[in-house]
Amino acid sequence: MDLEKTTVQGDFPGQIHETPGGGIVLSKLDDVINWARSNSLWPLTFATSCCGIEMMSTAGAKYDFSRFGFEVARASPRQADVIIIAGTIVNKMAPVLKRLYDQMADPKYVIAMGACAISGGPFFYNTYSVVKGADHVIPVDVYVAGCPPRPEALLHALISLQDKIKSGLTREQIKTGKE
Amino acid sequence: MGNEELKIKITELLPAAAFEEGGEWLNINITSTDWLPFAIQLRNSDALHFNFLFCLTCIDWQSHLTMVYHLSSTKFRHNIIVKCKLDRTKPEIETVCKIWRTAEFHEREVYEMFGVNFLNHPDLRLLILPDGWEGKNPMLKDFEDPVNMIKL
Repeated sequence: MDLEKTTVQGDFPGQIHETPGGGIVLSKLDDVINWARSNSLWPLTFATSCCGIEMMSTAGAKYDFSRFGFEVARASPRQADVIIIAGTIVNKMAPVLKRLYDQMADPKYVIAMGACAISGGPFFYNTYSVVKGADHVIPVDVYVAGCPPRPEALLHALISLQDKIKSGLTREQIKTGKE
Repeated sequence: MGNEELKIKITELLPAAAFEEGGEWLNINITSTDWLPFAIQLRNSDALHFNFLFCLTCIDWQSHLTMVYHLSSTKFRHNIIVKCKLDRTKPEIETVCKIWRTAEFHEREVYEMFGVNFLNHPDLRLLILPDGWEGKNPMLKDFEDPVNMIKL
């Protein structure tokens, strides 16, 4: 049987084989699941300082991260897929952050937004109260530099996270470079 | 009441008060023993009527501590700042939480951060810091925390 191979429009992972009376889609189930997952990531409404303002701006009409599937911000960690750590994590907040992360259902993703969430930022030296990087508490998928990062930077991080999910690799596989 | 009028009125109440110029609001330097009776006068004087303590904080100058009280009158809309030098080795001052109730919390914060002992305070214990921080006073300039601090 002669099959005509067409790639599906957009970033859907698979091919359509045209046959009389309709086509057949060929793909890997893992790829389809990752594709679906990456295009509907629900962020947790979580912000501890000024990065939260930029995050709200990114959610607002001007930048509008719903264009990429992030519009359903959840107030409950049990319904969220991605937590954007937007702000400083202090020692008192660290157990709360850990608990929120633990309450999220798998698969779950973490974006460290801004200098504070990456390293403690301006509070790195001589402070008794700030955690020097959210990755001391929970694992982080994407880091966004800035103090605070512009909405464009956060959008780039969100799209990077989608690419990461679509690649189908785990955090450890990406870190070590092995599949 | 403008700053000049406030100055005249306050000099009547407390001749020992020293004034500092240059700011938007009148700065008054007093000694810690004068503070409580002076505060009562500021609150109860009909002409001044400072019924709102909107900021209470402390500064560590390394040689001494300074208590800073920002007072406002919601009736006359005038503001003053009262400053009071404290001995760094034994910082003590009378509480004003019986005059302005809000001072109860603010003084607890200054107590935990700077170690200032507020005499006759009804409930002087840690406000924000977790248990085990008693007497450590992280806002003092010479404070060092071996666990959490990274030195330059």
